[in-house]
Parts: sequence; structure tokens; C-alpha cells
Amino acid sequence: MTKGNEMTKSNLRGRRWLSLAAVASAGVMLAGCSGAGGGAGGGGGDTVTLTLATVNNPQMKDMEQLKGKFEESHPDIKVKFIQMEENDLRDAVTKDVATKGGQYDIVTVGSYEVPIWGQNDWLTNLNDYTTQDSEYDVDDILPPVRQALTVDDSLYAVPFYGESSFLMYNKEILADAGLEVPEHPTWQQVADMAREVNNDDHAGICLRGKPGWGELFAPLTTVVQTFGGNWFDDDWNATVDSPEFTEAVKFYTDLVADAGESDPVSFGFTECLNLFSQGKAAFWYDATSAAGSLESEDLSEVAGNVGYVHAPTVETEESGWLWSWNLAIPETSKQKDAAWEFVSWATSKDYMTLVGNELGWSRVPPGSRASTYEIPEYQEAAGAFADITKDVMLAVNPEQPGVNPQPWVGIQYVTIPEFQDLGNQVSQKIADVFAGRSSVEEALSAGQDLAEKAGAAQKE
Amino acid sequence: MSTTMLLTTGSRTVRRTRPLRKRAGSVVLTFITWVLTVGMFFPIAWMVFTAFKTEKAAATNPPTFITQLTFENFEAVFDRGFLVYLTNSFTASVVSTLIVMVLAIPAAYGLSVRPLIRSTDALFFFISTKFMPLAAIVIPIYLLLQNMGLLDNISALSILYVGMNLPLAIWMMRSFLSEVPGEIIEAAQVDGANFWTELVRIVMPIVAPGMAAAALICFIFAWNEYFLANLLTSTVARTTPPFLGSFVSGRGQFLAVLSAAATLAVLPVVIAGWIAQKRLVRGLAMGAIK
Amino acid sequence: MTATAIRPGRVENDGEAPPRRKVKHALTRRERKGLRLARALVWPALAAAIIITQIPFLVTIYYSFQEWNLLRPGDQKFVWFDNYATVLTNGAFLSSLLATVVIVGVSVLVSLVFGMVLALLLDRKFVGQGLARTLLITPFLMMPAAASLIFKWSMLDSNVGMVNWALGFIGIDPVAWNTDVPILTIIMVLTWQYTPFMMLILLAGLQSQPSDVLEAASVDGAGPIRTFFSMTLPHMRQYMELSILLGTILLLQVFDPIAIMTRGTGGTKTLSYLLYERAFVGLEIGEAAAYGVLTVILTIIVAMVALRSLFKIFTTEGMR
Repeated sequence: MTKGNEMTKSNLRGRRWLSLAAVASAGVMLAGCSGAGGGAGGGGGDTVTLTLATVNNPQMKDMEQLKGKFEESHPDIKVKFIQMEENDLRDAVTKDVATKGGQYDIVTVGSYEVPIWGQNDWLTNLNDYTTQDSEYDVDDILPPVRQALTVDDSLYAVPFYGESSFLMYNKEILADAGLEVPEHPTWQQVADMAREVNNDDHAGICLRGKPGWGELFAPLTTVVQTFGGNWFDDDWNATVDSPEFTEAVKFYTDLVADAGESDPVSFGFTECLNLFSQGKAAFWYDATSAAGSLESEDLSEVAGNVGYVHAPTVETEESGWLWSWNLAIPETSKQKDAAWEFVSWATSKDYMTLVGNELGWSRVPPGSRASTYEIPEYQEAAGAFADITKDVMLAVNPEQPGVNPQPWVGIQYVTIPEFQDLGNQVSQKIADVFAGRSSVEEALSAGQDLAEKAGAAQKE
Repeated sequence: MSTTMLLTTGSRTVRRTRPLRKRAGSVVLTFITWVLTVGMFFPIAWMVFTAFKTEKAAATNPPTFITQLTFENFEAVFDRGFLVYLTNSFTASVVSTLIVMVLAIPAAYGLSVRPLIRSTDALFFFISTKFMPLAAIVIPIYLLLQNMGLLDNISALSILYVGMNLPLAIWMMRSFLSEVPGEIIEAAQVDGANFWTELVRIVMPIVAPGMAAAALICFIFAWNEYFLANLLTSTVARTTPPFLGSFVSGRGQFLAVLSAAATLAVLPVVIAGWIAQKRLVRGLAMGAIK
Repeated sequence: MTATAIRPGRVENDGEAPPRRKVKHALTRRERKGLRLARALVWPALAAAIIITQIPFLVTIYYSFQEWNLLRPGDQKFVWFDNYATVLTNGAFLSSLLATVVIVGVSVLVSLVFGMVLALLLDRKFVGQGLARTLLITPFLMMPAAASLIFKWSMLDSNVGMVNWALGFIGIDPVAWNTDVPILTIIMVLTWQYTPFMMLILLAGLQSQPSDVLEAASVDGAGPIRTFFSMTLPHMRQYMELSILLGTILLLQVFDPIAIMTRGTGGTKTLSYLLYERAFVGLEIGEAAAYGVLTVILTIIVAMVALRSLFKIFTTEGMR
């Protein structure tokens, strides 16, 4: 009898919390429904919902913030943004486009992927759109950038913003140490200064160490190239274990160990940006597009206090990279015309003005259109970095960035499908070097094996 | 335990000194317990606290302990469409849990019936599917869903969660059913015609608390699932766990808003778990032992 | 049933109603009817499990014989065991296996020890006992993706992380968690999440300990430590086995903290992450499938061993 009583009691208690859970869940459901109305729509009559996958960089966040303006002028189109970290975005978009998953109508792709994917017919050829759309003025797009997005005269993507790389430094820290940074520094000079000013309050330099071909190997490949090394020679023979490549990686990892951030494997673009904008790093070698955030008063404690000079070099004249984040329409999209409406809006001249007026001129997406650099307000707001950005972007040579000729076009990457995997794997091995678990030679000899396989595929 | 011991032992001297020493020992143990508890809970408390800070206050070193609190991070999280993701998580968790329970209760019942000689084999089969790494079967699943146009579909995700949670639910339900007196089960099975009524009217009420515990475990695992959700959904059906990562941002500080999003994401399951904690213990522990 | 169906202990012939020693008499009509009913009840769940988990695995086996990289569409062909040869010779499989064993093994054992300590501490009357238990179980309820993000950015960050700050008080220099000790980073998060889980199970075990036996022990003059080792521990054995089994099952799948915190660097590339990386970053479907098949074979072996120990628990109870 007692047992029976116990059971009913616990049974009752069970019911009580069940009903509680039910009430709570109903609450969530209701809230969910009222909130979902706008975003998940798409079923409503003629409205088209476009899904846009993008990297969560500042310029893209601005685009999301301004998409309401587009939807106002295009009442039948809604745009849904999916923002991801760079590595995640790459995985997600590559997987989707390669398997023809068709989950996205617009994708943000780097200049590395565009030619490869274009060749595989994974992206929509935009020539028809750009020629029909006279206002779009495709010739205004910076020539080196456009060249990287074109395969056999077909344009497969348009740049949302473009960038090169340069060296940024905290003027205050360098002035306190009585150091002056030359307009065209060498890596040796930078390393010496960084080591000198490195202390407990701030790092001497911030350099990316986060694994990923697009993270670590963006800056590191340019360093390798200016040291005279490269991934492959002109005949697709792998040269990852060459003395020049080794020396460059040693230089880079040693510099980080001596004067860099304390946890390099965690540090990518975002982390360095945070560190540098808090005044906790003296130098930072990275993308020119970082400058917009650094000069924004609400986001950065070092606004107005940053110097910008050309990328440090060793054996080459220039060592900046060339990169653009582009908008493209996957071949699988069922709403290509609507997608182009949005893509052309977000990369138009008018969009630059819109950003300037709404969000401030220093936040205008740089490095895509020549006309951007002629807007007086932009010149004024971005004075600290606008000219040097444009100069560097037009000065770099994507056909031969290093000392020796190379069989592909592109600076901080190798334009073959295998590179993504190759770069990722080698960057993971270099993470072990940062930690002292492995030597540069060991890491690169493993990298050489991987590169040989990738090179062999090109020789066929 | 300590009180009973006091009464039972030894000579006068022992009795006089022992309570003192014991009480001191007990205080020390309680102190240690609380230190460990606070240590374990700290990351969560800090997450909640950070969620109410401004971004600037959240990113200081040394950390800020006294600061103006704000709700703006939560507003920012909802502005990013968080409700859609919460709703998706909720749908996937509830739908999959319901299906799991509908399948698991009869199965567990069947496995508890005496003449089913190979019931242990079947049970082992179910548990062994739980050992299979999801990553090993996700490639064909991905390609299949893509062929059928079911990527980014919350129903498809729910079905996969059924496969993921079914073994645990059967295991737990079987152990709860084993608490039901054998005669009741036998009686139900003899009376084949009235089997379902017997099951619903007599057996189910007895195991209702157990069912709730099993359902809660399934709900928790589905709510927290990241791997499949990350691979198989993108926009319409994306759930909360893969969405959280997008709060890591390239512009300025994000720790406060990330903490706010994480707080909201874990809240439903944490509260449900708190309410049902005793059942969770019994449900998990009895799986094999009873 | 396919390869993953595990038959523990005694293996019998197939066939629906094999004669077994236990069944001494022929089944009565009543029992046969019950048997049919029982089968009908189990069948839907069995079918669901097979369709969702077993059939995709068969397809994975098929893929593992293909050379198929999604980046080179149209190059798909049948290559027999080439993928297995590649996978077994390039060293990645073994190092991932090691990573899995280290991460899962250490996390399970440390969680078990901590869980036991906490369970013993909680199994006393003290002020705020209920509250302490509530707070202690929370890490287990926490979404792993959220836990990983919070640990990465709020606890272990080299710049504003609380852990380094706290270590500063006891004179330890800041640690570069992700760079220098990635394995420890992952194990820390997993241990934090699974200690409460172990604690819950072990606490249930402690509370099921018959109190009269303990009293008897103390009458005999056994101190608490001796009581623990001679009485409590043997009683707890099956609870500990259960914790290890469940913990291993759940942790073998571990993916979230690795994907979010270390991305497989520094010896944290577990089999799950390796599979994911080969399939969805390298887009080598064939190679990834081969890794998948090997992983499943290995986990079957582990499962056999683990379930056998569980099987003892079942047999002592006997079949109802």
C-alpha cells in the first residue's frame, strides 16, 4: 500500500513539472511565431526570399544593416543573411556549391575560389547581367581585382570589397620608443623594432597564427614569397621544403615567439584586430581593409593614432597580397534575376554613397571600385589609409608576386582546387611549430609530401 | 550518516572528543564542497554576468566586477533573428522526442516481456548503434538529403535526431518498466485484446515519471546537438547551436553579446534540468542496474 | 543486420526461436502469443534504427571503394581498396586514433574521479545541499557549443580570459592555452561538462547503499576510509562501470569543442573531426568514407568490450 502511495505521489510531481514544461514551451512557441514572421517568410505571394551566405567581416555586417534600404526599393525581394566565421563559411559554401546543395542564392566567395568554381560551372556567368545593366559600370572595378574574377573572358563574381596587405603600427608606442617606421620597411627592420618594443603591456607585433589556409597562410605566403620561396616552381614541382620557404617560416614563427601575441594558434584576423585596436600591439601586418575599423572612434581605442606603410619586404619590391571578397550567384539558385538585383545593388557606386551617408565614410567598402577613391568625403575620412591602399593594390603583381615565375595567377594562395586542403593541413602542422612541439623542418617536410601530391595532379 | 555514528560508538572519552572533531571536520567538508561548487558553476555565472555588461566592460583585463548592467545585448541578439533559431531548435527537439517516445515505449515494453528470448540481443543492437560515430554515416545522409531537396529542412533533422536518441530512450524506458511488478505486465499480455488499454491505463501511469525523464534526456541531446545541425541546415531550419558561432565578430568586441546569446540558448534546457534533476539521476542510473 | 549489430557474449544460430538452455519446456500458447506481441512492439523501433543508422553505413562502405573528390566533378571511379591503402599509410588515421583515445580516455577517467569526489561530498547533510547539487549539475545541461565558445573566448582567452587572470593570483604566468596545451584545453571543457554527469550517476549509487550495512561497519570500528574502500567502493562498482560506459559512448562522438576551439591542431584531431575534415573540407568523399568504415570497425571492437562488461550487469539481474 505504501508503495502505491509513493508512486502516486511521484506521479503527481511528475505531472506538475510536465505541465510546467508545457507552459514554458508554449511561451517559447508563441514568441517564436511572432518573431519569425519577417525572416522565415518566403511563402507570401510574389515575394522572393534570397539567402545570402557571408563571412562575418565588418563590411558585411554593414551590408546586413543596410539591407532594409534595398528591401524598401525592391518590395518583392527579401534578403536573408547567414553570417559565419571565415573558416566555417568556406566549409559551408564549398560543400553546398560542390554538391549542388542549392541552399544559397548569393554567396560570398574569395578571389581564390572564383576562378576554380567558375571553371567547374558552379557559378553563374555574370557577363549578360553586367552588359545589360548600363548603370552598373563594370569597367570601374579595379583591373587587378576584376582580372582575378574572370575566366576566359567570363566574369563569375563581382567584388564587394578588395584589399591588399600593409603594415600598421601604433604611433604612440613607436614614438615613445623613439623609433621611426620607414615607408618601405624590410622584414628585418620590422622584426628588430617589434622585438625592441615588446613588453608585458603590449605585444611587439600581431601576426596571424590560426590554422587555415585563409588565416595563417594569407600573410605567411606573402612572407615566403618575398623571402624568395613559393609553394611550387614553374613546372608544378613542390618547393615547400626549399631553404627559402623554410627560412621564411622560421623567421615568422621566431618573430611571433619573441615579440608576438601570446596565444598565436588562437589568433586570426579578428583576434589581431581586437588586440591592436585596444592598443595592445605595436605592429600588425594584415589586410588593408582593417583600417576602416581601426579608424572608427566607437570601435577602436587607437583611432587617429595608427600609421600605415607598405608591406615589409626582403627580396621583392612589394609584398602586399591581393584579395577580394566577392558576391557570386551559384548555378543552383532558382532566383538568379532577383539575386543579381541585390548583388548589383550591394556592389554599385550608389551603395558606397549610402554607406557613407548612413554609417560614416570610413566604413565604405574599399578596394573594389576606382570611383570610390574619387569621392571627396571618402578621401577626407579615409585619408590615413585610402591612398596607400589604392597604391598597393595597383602595384602588386598577381602573375608573379615572388622572385620566380609561377604557373598560376594569385598572390597569397595557389589557384588550384587542392590548395585549400593543402594549405589547411600545412597550417595545422605549423601550429605545432608555434607551440614548440615540432620543428619548422619537420612541419615543412610533411608539407612537401602533401604539396607533391597536389602538384602531381596539375602535371597530368 | 554522521548522526547515526555518534550514537553507536565507544567509551565516554571518545564520545566527548568525537563530536567536536566531527563537527569541525564536517564544517571543513562543507566548505570544500562549496568551493568546488562555486568553481564548477563559475563559468556559467560569469557568462550570465557578462551578458549584462557593456561590450567595453566585458573585455577588460583585469576583469570588471562592478559595472552598469544593461539589456542591450539581449536586444541585439533578438535583432539578429534569434527567435527563428530558437523556434527551429524547439521544433526539432519536440518533434524528435515525441517520435522517439512513441517508438521507444512499445519497444521497451516488448523487450521486458519474458518469453522474448532474444530481447538482450535486440537491446544490444540498439545500444551499439549509439556507438557508431555520426561522422561515419553523415556523408551518404548529406548526399541523400541533397538529392531529395531536404537539406535545410527541420523535419529531416528531426528524423535524424530520432535515430540518435532512440537507443538511450529504449534503454531508459526498459529499466523503468522493469520496476513495474511482473504480474501487471503478464496480466496485460495474456489479455491480448485489451493490451493497449492495459498499457495506457495501468502501465503508463506507473512509469510516467520515468517517461518524463527519458523524454527530457532526449530533448536535451536534441536541443544541444551541433554536428548534424551545422552540416545539414543553413538558413530556414538552422538551429541555435550552430548559430551561436556567428556572434564571434570581426568588428570590435563581441564577448557580451556572445554571452547573451549563449545564455538564452542554454536557458530552456538548464531550467528543465533543474526542475527534473532527481528524475534525471534515477533515469540515468537505473538504465543498467535495476 | 549489418556489421554494427553487436552480439554480446554467446553467439547463437540465427533463426527466430532458437532452443536455448534457459527455455526448458516448449512454449505454451499463451507465451507464444505474448512473444508475437512483443516482437510486433519492438519491430517499429528496430526498423527506424536500421533505416536511419545502418543503411547509410552500407552506403558509406560503397563510397569507400570510390575515388571521388567533389572538387573534381566527373572524375568518380571504382578503385577497390585504394582508399584504404592511402588512409592506412599516411599516418593521419593512427594519430587521430591516438588523439581520440587520449581525449576520451583522460576525460572519462578524470570526470569519474571528480564526479566521485563531488558525489561523496554531496552525500552528506549540509547547509544548501539541494542548491549545491543544482548548481553542480548545470555544466552537464549546458549546450556543448555554448560551453566551447564561452571557454574559448571568456575563460581561456589569452587577453581577457578569467583562467589566466585567476592563475595570476597564485603566481602562475599566463598560459597560451590553444597554442601550448590544446589537448588539455579540450579535456578541460569535456571534464567540466561530464563531471556532473558522472556525479549524478554515482550519487544515485551512493544513495542506494543500504544504511544498515554502513552502520554495522561503523559499529565494528571501521573508519570512514576503510568503510569507503571495503564497503562503498565494491557497491559502487557497477555504477562506475555504467558511468564509464555512458561517458565513453557520448564522448566518442565529441566534435563541438574541437571544431570550435582547436580545429584539430596539436593532437586534438579526433576521428570524428578527421572524418568531418576529409569529407567536408577536403571533399574527398571516398577517402573520408574509408576512414568512416575503419572507425566503425574499431568502435565495434570497443563496444564489444564495453558492452560485455555491461552484459555482466544484465546477467546478474537475469532476464525478466
